[in-house]
Amino acid sequence: MLDNNQLLRFTTAGSVDDGKSTLIGRLLYDSKSIFEDQLEAIENTSKKKGHEGVDLALFTDGLRDEREQGITIDVAYRYFTTPKRKFIIADTPGHIQYTRNMVTGASTANAAIILVDARHGVIEQTRRHSFIASLLQIPHVIVCINKMDLVDFQEDAYQKVIEQFEEFSSKMMVKDVRFIPISALLGDNVVNRSEHMDWYQGAPLLHTLETMHISSDINKVDARFPVQTVLRPQQGEFRDYRGYAGRVASGVFRPGDEVTVMPSGFTSKIRSIDTFDSAVNEAFAPMSVSITLEDDIDISRGDMIVRSNNKPEASQDIEVMLCWLNNSPAKPRAKYTVKHTSNDQKAMIKEVVYKIDINTLERKEDDKELTMNDICKVKLRTTQPLMVDSYRENRTTGSIILVDDATNETVAAGMVV
Amino acid sequence: MSKYYLNYLDELESEAIFVLREVWAQFQNPVILFSGGKDSIVVTHLARKAFYPSKIPFALMHVDTGHNFPETIKFRDDLIDELGVNLIVGSVQESIDQGRVAEERGKNATRNALQITTLLDAIETHKVDCAIGGGRRDEEKARAKERFFSHRDDFGQWDPKNQRPELWNIFNGKHFEGEHFRAFPISNWTEMDVWNYIKRENIQIPSLYFAHERECVWRNNSWIPNSEFLMLEETEEIVVKKIRFRTLGDITITGGIESDADTVEKIANEVSAMRQTERGNRSDDKRSETAMEDRKRQGYF
Repeated sequence: MLDNNQLLRFTTAGSVDDGKSTLIGRLLYDSKSIFEDQLEAIENTSKKKGHEGVDLALFTDGLRDEREQGITIDVAYRYFTTPKRKFIIADTPGHIQYTRNMVTGASTANAAIILVDARHGVIEQTRRHSFIASLLQIPHVIVCINKMDLVDFQEDAYQKVIEQFEEFSSKMMVKDVRFIPISALLGDNVVNRSEHMDWYQGAPLLHTLETMHISSDINKVDARFPVQTVLRPQQGEFRDYRGYAGRVASGVFRPGDEVTVMPSGFTSKIRSIDTFDSAVNEAFAPMSVSITLEDDIDISRGDMIVRSNNKPEASQDIEVMLCWLNNSPAKPRAKYTVKHTSNDQKAMIKEVVYKIDINTLERKEDDKELTMNDICKVKLRTTQPLMVDSYRENRTTGSIILVDDATNETVAAGMVV
Repeated sequence: MSKYYLNYLDELESEAIFVLREVWAQFQNPVILFSGGKDSIVVTHLARKAFYPSKIPFALMHVDTGHNFPETIKFRDDLIDELGVNLIVGSVQESIDQGRVAEERGKNATRNALQITTLLDAIETHKVDCAIGGGRRDEEKARAKERFFSHRDDFGQWDPKNQRPELWNIFNGKHFEGEHFRAFPISNWTEMDVWNYIKRENIQIPSLYFAHERECVWRNNSWIPNSEFLMLEETEEIVVKKIRFRTLGDITITGGIESDADTVEKIANEVSAMRQTERGNRSDDKRSETAMEDRKRQGYF
């Protein structure tokens, strides 16, 4: 692998019958990422279960219950590498009752693969997956029109899906959508170009994933540095060292930059940006570094260092799109811990503005109960200001989770509007 | 192409450093679970980078089965000296002597599963609220479902069906008294990534990983090293082979592969051509289809 190869994280949402497992199996198998002993284990289990041939779905199912029931319950991560890139697949189940897992998988993805059965065209599930991809602001969406072999590789089926998709997706915020006709089962246009679809001029799926331009997806404008912890060695040559450790959320920082520490509002200049290997001339997302400042000011975890001429909004009243993740519904006016970058505060759900029917994408303003898998727009009130950007501008400083103090469970994920 | 992007190894490194710093910030008394294997060595190296110029602020915890490769113990002690960190040892032998666990019997007896009790006892005794491990999602199917921050109840158990969702890079380490967390900073690394990183960073690893001549016996499709703990079957025969180990565990269950790879460079090349998973030589995973999940539910690494 080359030194400048990038990492691409993508999510695949779908149910057993769209051929999702077959597609993943195909990508892993054709990129030689399935090992012989794994294949052997799957062959044995397939035989035991009386399946004909190798059931590649077993490869993506990990837990005992999943294997017994033949369903994917949780997000599973898969890895493969080609000479051009390293890939992380967040493989998520596609049924409506697993919306929370799709949201989880989508939260870190650069790209989403949405599978459509060429025989059925765009269905409710397609709309749901696309909506989640747009809600979570996945920068690239690849719609794979699968099972082309079952429609005689006819272009009509492909064109029809494009029309249907473009019709409903105009309401969504998806920046880059591509359409690829494939047969995951036979391998057409997955790794190798299909010999059955001359009418398709575009690249096969793997080539698309390998070459898709992702470095401009990161926000390089708004410099944001949430402080995770303070490094104070207090000994030897570093007796007076005071470094603010964190990972750049967005933008670029350089020594000499005028910065403001939020929420205190103190200003200073960056003296140095350090790593174990050396001091660096600039730091950008997602680099983990340690920043020292010219002035001795009180900074601790939860604070955010930003460039003085470009600050996030500091507010106690925040509107978010919230996805409820927990079995217990939200309690009216209940208090939660809100976690935002390295900052924890108490928060209350003040108002549910509307709920979204994720199949029709319609707003429901009369139903305001928040139960598992619901997606709603809510107003939060926090005890101290949070330094937020809109999620659309910044996936790191625009995202929050809610933790129920009674159970310590993560009950909701939110995107700042 | 923009110059503002990281290559995959830098991105994985930065992610791991971020996780280690979150552990330090969210817990009172974290430790690194150190086995002497390459993954825990890489995690320790990453911890050094994460807190530089401060020392690693965690102790290293080693669960000692008593069935060690002598090379591993020497490596561990040298590293502790170099880093100036504390070492906590949980001894399986002591757990046996105290009657906490009973030794398995028979030819395939190992102390692998016994480690669970020793590990959980050590976590409780030392009031550890987060144990950082070198587990990777690509290693094994149950591990593919692991979170970066993975909750354990007050019996040390993992409930894979009821895990906290983990979104973006916001980690929820909140827990009640008596519960603890496992944290996996290199979750997203593959075996190949680990070797490429060891090569790039020039990280020292135990000599066992390099090809060397050793007395061993052919059992369960791999070369099991000869040791005082090995019980030979009548049909089995000790031979000298040039082997190396792909993973390091208890000496009784870690099988070697025949190899000439005696540098990190050669190992990386060899690994990239491998058609068997690294845990294929670990008899602890072969006991059943869900051996790892079953052990992890009880509190295993």
